[in-house]
Amino acid sequence: MKKILLFVTVGVIVFGSLLPFLWFLDTSLKTEKEITTIPPVLFPSGSTEFYRSSFERYSLLHYVKNSVIVASSTTFVTLALSIFAGYSLSRLRIRYKGLIMGSLLTVSMFPQISIAGPVWRIMQSLNWLNTYQGLIVPYVTLTLPLGVWITASFFKDLPEEIEDAARVDGCGHFQTLFRIMLPLAGPGIFTAAILIFIYAWNEFFFALLIMTEQGVQTLPVGIALFQGQYTMPWGEIAAASTVATVPIVILVFFFQKKIISGLSAGALKG
Amino acid sequence: MPFSLITRERFFGVGLIIPTLLFVSLFAFYPILYSMFLSMHRILLSLPGLGREFVWFDNYIELFHDKVALHSTINTFLFVALTTGFEILFGLVIALVIHERFRGRGLVRAAVLVPWAIPTVVASQMWRFIFNDKYGLVNFIFYGNHVRSYTAWLADPFFAFGAIVIADVWKTSSFAALLILAGLQIIPDDVYEAARIDGASTWQQFTRITLPLIKPALLIALLFRTMDAFRVFDLVYIMTQGGPADSTNVLQFYGYKKMFAEGLMGYGSTISVLVFFLTFTISLLYIRMIGSGLMREEA
Repeated sequence: MKKILLFVTVGVIVFGSLLPFLWFLDTSLKTEKEITTIPPVLFPSGSTEFYRSSFERYSLLHYVKNSVIVASSTTFVTLALSIFAGYSLSRLRIRYKGLIMGSLLTVSMFPQISIAGPVWRIMQSLNWLNTYQGLIVPYVTLTLPLGVWITASFFKDLPEEIEDAARVDGCGHFQTLFRIMLPLAGPGIFTAAILIFIYAWNEFFFALLIMTEQGVQTLPVGIALFQGQYTMPWGEIAAASTVATVPIVILVFFFQKKIISGLSAGALKG
Repeated sequence: MPFSLITRERFFGVGLIIPTLLFVSLFAFYPILYSMFLSMHRILLSLPGLGREFVWFDNYIELFHDKVALHSTINTFLFVALTTGFEILFGLVIALVIHERFRGRGLVRAAVLVPWAIPTVVASQMWRFIFNDKYGLVNFIFYGNHVRSYTAWLADPFFAFGAIVIADVWKTSSFAALLILAGLQIIPDDVYEAARIDGASTWQQFTRITLPLIKPALLIALLFRTMDAFRVFDLVYIMTQGGPADSTNVLQFYGYKKMFAEGLMGYGSTISVLVFFLTFTISLLYIRMIGSGLMREEA
């Protein structure tokens, strides 16, 4: 009895989680006519017409390129800074740790709108609007809390003896961090990297403000602003959405365990 | 050596944090203060020649009389209450299910994560398409081939609001589930065993053991979801643009519109200051509710 109930709920949950996206994926493989048919066509003819048109007419490749550049640079910079700060906050004797961790937590909860105007003005005065660094800098700021919390929690779990042994053997602080601690915290750092990448890949609000020129816009902005001449280009939107989502879904299926542990480490363990 | 070991460790430690602190202070804390400064000025982005005129609290007085602002505030609170409520409820159910041991659990967990991982923009377009007036799935489910009854859901104030709530609940219930799952995982098995030996029913085990023990996790999930629901933007921007008749206008979207669509940098900043103080107050309340546990562990 209990087994049946579990099976049914699992079924409903999986179905509910995947169905809306599968429907969009389905739509992306239809033809213009199949999209507008009632009753809806369940099995599309597998046309790649919309993919071709979103690459050719809507320069999807540009958006993908911009997203890759912004998301991977953000991941790289945030990760480097998080390793430094996370190590320091979890393993070294410094003051005001609680205060620093606390204010990082506050930053992660800031509504974007409360900093949007000033950030825009700063970028404007630096002439960084419509540049990659103009978007990467706010992204780094907003992903640092997540990065630092996760790396700190993973560094904290490493046994102290290893560090002590390294010190006794004459390792300096830098050497201890890079030669001994970093490799051991590798899995945690990788986890942080996945989460930061997903954040930067998906972010829309700042991308919309800072990237107003089509040539530098990222995928979410592109997908949000696709316009047809008379009707909504649903096929192209669905195709571009699939292109934007598939890499993330692959990450999720491969690294499900890491993502779950990372999210709960960032939020609960501290 | 001029410095003692501990002093050198402190120097090193502080040096490692400085870059992070620089980013956060320059691009997060300073902007908050700068917003407050801007909110006391009149700045028109469309007329940069006018410069910025200091107007004291005029913008705040205007905000006080602004019906749309009031409406957006009410909408935001309603949205937060509805979405977080449903998300915690569904999150709890999902967490209980994926906490059970069964074959293929890893795949199920990954599937549950998919809505969370999808870009919000994609989720918004997806739901906008599902609610589409001509060939949306919702219309087909309700009216079948009876095309003449098809409704423009997103053009109706009530249903449009419902649609963004549904889309948000779909998108983020799994995040709540993960936080609750982490709470479930730290309950030791022998607690349940002892309860079973004492003859407690499954329901009793759930209400007397599980719920009290995951209360901290539930509260943290509630805190994170509330803060996140407060800044809802993508769904509104894409699905409804705040319409029809401001029925789905929320504070973050209204502030964005004032600042960047209408170019009222000063007045828009007033809205951002309001949003900041609202979220700040709410998070303080939550953190007091959760107790010092979260912070104490940190120190």
